[in-house]
Amino acid sequence: MFPLAVAALACLRAYSPRERGEKLRSPFVPIFLGDRVPPRYLLRVTEQPRLAEQNAAVLLPEPFVKWFGQKGWSPRAHQLELLAKAQSGQSVLMIAPTGAGKTLAGFLPSLTALANRPKRKPGEGRRGIHTLYISPLKALAVDIERNLGKPVEEIGLPVTIETRTGDTPSHKRQRQKLAPPDILLTTPEQLALLIASNDARRFFEDLRYVVLDELHSLVTSKRGHLLALGLARLRAFVPGLQTIGLSATVAEPDELRRWLVSQASPGAMSELIVVTGGAKPDISILDSEERVPWAGHSARYATPEIYREIKRHKTTLLFVNTRSQAELLFQELWRVNEDTLPIALHHGSLDVAQRRRVEKAMGENALRAIVATSTLDLGIDWGDVDLVVHVGAPKGASRLAQRIGRANHRMDEPSKAILIPANRFEVLECRAALDANYLGAQDTPPLVNGGLDVLAQHVLGCACGAPFHADTLFDEVRTAAPYVSLDRPTFDRVIDFVATGGYALRNYERYARIRQTKEGLWRVSNPAVAQQYRLNVGTIIEVPALNVRYVRAGSRGAASRGGRVLGKIEEAFLETLTHGDTFMFAGKILRFEGIRENECFVSNAPGSDAKVPYYGGGKFPLSTYLAEQVRAMLDDPQRWKKLPEQVADWLRFQADKSILPKRDDLLIETFPRGNRYYLVAYPFEGRLAHQTLGMLLTRRLDRAGAKPVGFVATDYALAIWSLADMGWMFKNRKPSLATLFDQDMLGDDLEAWFADSWLLKRTFRNCALISGLIEKRHPGKEKSGRQVTVSTDLIYDVLRSHEPDHILLQATRTDAATGLLDVSRLAEMLSRIRGRIMHKNLEQISPLAVPIMLEIGKMPVNGEADETLLMDAATLVEEAMGARDD
Amino acid sequence: MNFSLSRATLIAEADLVGIAGERAVCDRRGVLYFPDLRLLAVSDLHLEKGSSFARRGALIPPYDTGATLLRLQAVIADYQPRIVVSLGDSFHDRGGAERMHQSFRERLEAMMAGRDWFWVAGNHDPEAPADLPGETVNELAIGSLVFRHEPSKLRVEGEISGHLHPCARIVQRGRSVRRRCFAGDGGRMVMPAFGAYTGSLNVLDRAYAGLFRLETLVAYMLGAERIFAISGSMLRPG
Repeated sequence: MFPLAVAALACLRAYSPRERGEKLRSPFVPIFLGDRVPPRYLLRVTEQPRLAEQNAAVLLPEPFVKWFGQKGWSPRAHQLELLAKAQSGQSVLMIAPTGAGKTLAGFLPSLTALANRPKRKPGEGRRGIHTLYISPLKALAVDIERNLGKPVEEIGLPVTIETRTGDTPSHKRQRQKLAPPDILLTTPEQLALLIASNDARRFFEDLRYVVLDELHSLVTSKRGHLLALGLARLRAFVPGLQTIGLSATVAEPDELRRWLVSQASPGAMSELIVVTGGAKPDISILDSEERVPWAGHSARYATPEIYREIKRHKTTLLFVNTRSQAELLFQELWRVNEDTLPIALHHGSLDVAQRRRVEKAMGENALRAIVATSTLDLGIDWGDVDLVVHVGAPKGASRLAQRIGRANHRMDEPSKAILIPANRFEVLECRAALDANYLGAQDTPPLVNGGLDVLAQHVLGCACGAPFHADTLFDEVRTAAPYVSLDRPTFDRVIDFVATGGYALRNYERYARIRQTKEGLWRVSNPAVAQQYRLNVGTIIEVPALNVRYVRAGSRGAASRGGRVLGKIEEAFLETLTHGDTFMFAGKILRFEGIRENECFVSNAPGSDAKVPYYGGGKFPLSTYLAEQVRAMLDDPQRWKKLPEQVADWLRFQADKSILPKRDDLLIETFPRGNRYYLVAYPFEGRLAHQTLGMLLTRRLDRAGAKPVGFVATDYALAIWSLADMGWMFKNRKPSLATLFDQDMLGDDLEAWFADSWLLKRTFRNCALISGLIEKRHPGKEKSGRQVTVSTDLIYDVLRSHEPDHILLQATRTDAATGLLDVSRLAEMLSRIRGRIMHKNLEQISPLAVPIMLEIGKMPVNGEADETLLMDAATLVEEAMGARDD
Repeated sequence: MNFSLSRATLIAEADLVGIAGERAVCDRRGVLYFPDLRLLAVSDLHLEKGSSFARRGALIPPYDTGATLLRLQAVIADYQPRIVVSLGDSFHDRGGAERMHQSFRERLEAMMAGRDWFWVAGNHDPEAPADLPGETVNELAIGSLVFRHEPSKLRVEGEISGHLHPCARIVQRGRSVRRRCFAGDGGRMVMPAFGAYTGSLNVLDRAYAGLFRLETLVAYMLGAERIFAISGSMLRPG
């Protein structure tokens, strides 16, 4: 195909004269890659662009047209469409796959408006911020500054662009307040800070556009709630403010469209532009010659086959679900790396410098393979990847789509990907995900109502900015989509909480943080409150983690200063280690030497086996959609043909020995084994929901006299073991399974379990920090994770027994129910299976039950068994020492 | 409390520990009872810690004083001691006793009535609590026992102290359990903090260096139903 013909077909395509006849260039890509990197994008414009082309000259100011001409480029249809909508005063959501030039599209309205802006007259005051760009990642903001600067300079636009992140030095921040740039690139936390300053209204008075990048990932978290409230505030400062949302594909675009605009008239939505296109990825499931294991998450069996694929391709990106899987796969690959190919490791816990080195090497195409976790999911462009390998189950189908998209940015060349299931259930899941991808099914978590802890933070922030009237702020808050259904009494309780803690025992009136003036305005009671607020802003709660630092073996870190830092590891994991234990981290086998203050000392232990396994499977729950697909597949022997033979055999055996559940049924098997009785249920609802179900069922079984001893949950199934014969009990309806699985377990049983669950304490801690009950930082001293944990646990106990209806406990329960416990999913499941429970009472374990039975003992049974452990320890002591006689 | 367990059922022989020849009960609720002296020791109540935080802008729930007193009331009702020793840091700060709500003051006074009550001075509350009965002392010697807030650097047999808020941690089957504890080596005893908002510090921390004979160190960890005596060699730092 020669370029002119292509250009004629898809009018907006352009090619570079410099590379005439060789390569098509997309118009804007070089802007975002810098000049050194060769263009990697080829466009496939799937919309009819004629109209847009006609509009191009009208929409684009002269200097832009000239610049495009010089470069031999022209804008794409969706970029112009967005410009047209923005110029007509609309807010817009643009959904586009990676590589569609959507970031530039987002800035076009601002750049053109700024180009047309009349020159500042002498004596005219300084202009404020024109456009605010908000991204979830600092790095992304920095990237944009670099890459937007170039065309702005070449076009000769009188536009200033600056970043403002946590790393921006304070003198620069001060200067930005006095002389703001036209375009400010920043993060949600910085926006919250700007809003809380007393000159906020003036600072934002010239604001026209807010560009929100990676919107799909922002909206699902509490950061999104805070940002939505910030936007509502900006809209109050500047009526008519326009938003431009940029997002990857999502299941429910309308949710994001509502999110982008004021909900003063509920249900209002922004305009929508969807850029389709991109070739269907070429995905296969590894049909291993090895035996696919029953259980586990390592996929170790496939290492030689993975290595073969790495050798066959230029650059391979290997994605795994958790850090521990990444470490393990990395080790395994190097074990077989006979050609010493450059294979690197990348995950969020590694030291930043180390990560940057890997990223740089990757950008320079110096690596053959990178083992990575989700840290690479978002953001920046990568080198020339020609294969994506996904190890382990891909969990949500949209995650899969996102990750495959990483493979290449040529929208019309198929991406190549191989899925490596780590166990047999994952084979089913991979198959389902694969089918879903071809079907174009998308699968993102539904948006939840805004958190009350976040609202409390925002209310205090508003007061720090300027005194507010409760009525006005209430109306404003309800224009933010996550808070559209907030009721007034709850809002008033939040204000009360911010003021004096909101306790029934009104002890703290004299310590109030905000007070009402005679005119009824709420204002901060003293400047220290605002100062404290600024240090604690944000919703990101870090898991307590320690630096991992090299020392000489055997030194316990006592004498030596120690060597370099390898990264950070969660305190919870380190707590289970004892001196001399070996574990994998940063691609090395390390020996644990000891902990001092916030550092964990390790030494090299090459050659030894990592003794301590770190369970990290199933970090992401199986999505509802995939779960349904897996159940459908089990129910349809026709579809087994697509499965590897050994897996299909496994299902046939199951049909033979027990039964396979119908698509909407819940299969429950009971059987004796050893001196225990087992119940295995297969809801396929994800580990969180299963864990919650397990907790509740054991309570109920205990009441029924089944003497349950323990349970274990995976993404696919739940196993409970007991001393009494549960099979006999269910058969004789003592109790019946229908009664056992009745929805009423979500009432009192859930409440009772909530009461003393460690999960609730963890959630409470987050709420306490975000709402400002406890400080994340205090001027001059950082609190260590442990100090905060201890005190919030104690506060939780005291508050729960004295004021169980306190607003913060309410926020905690809501959070836990949606997040950690997945109660809503469990509720849906319980209602789905009513009257559809199939019970199979077996003599022995069924083929389908093998995977979960293998997990028993491997997974820590999280829960309330601390006393038993203490008892064990105490007994050990007694045995070892004999009866003490002092 | 309407009922109280008889003291006889509270004190099983097995639960008794020896401290410099005196017999004592490490109660799982975090108090130490000497049956022969009818003396109850409790440490680090940190009353009014909540309001102390609130004063500095952290509006944590104001229920800690009430919670702590309720628990104290329960153990006093159970043991009916003749002497009560509060081992220092009874109030979280100097103004604590003054800030305390009238209803709490009355509850406390009711507990104190009819028994000898000693406030040992602590670093948080070096002075006598405002407007409360009881005797404030720097330290107190009864029989072979010495009660003081901070454990002394030199070994003192029979010393009962607090201040350090000991806790202990064990790891069993890949899981870690941390609990408040009494820490003793047969010669001296450091008591756990009793207050509702008091944090804790691992007995293997440097702050405890030199306090105990390590070969006889036992952490009496507080369980939900009972005390768990764990020998020093099984404990983990952190």
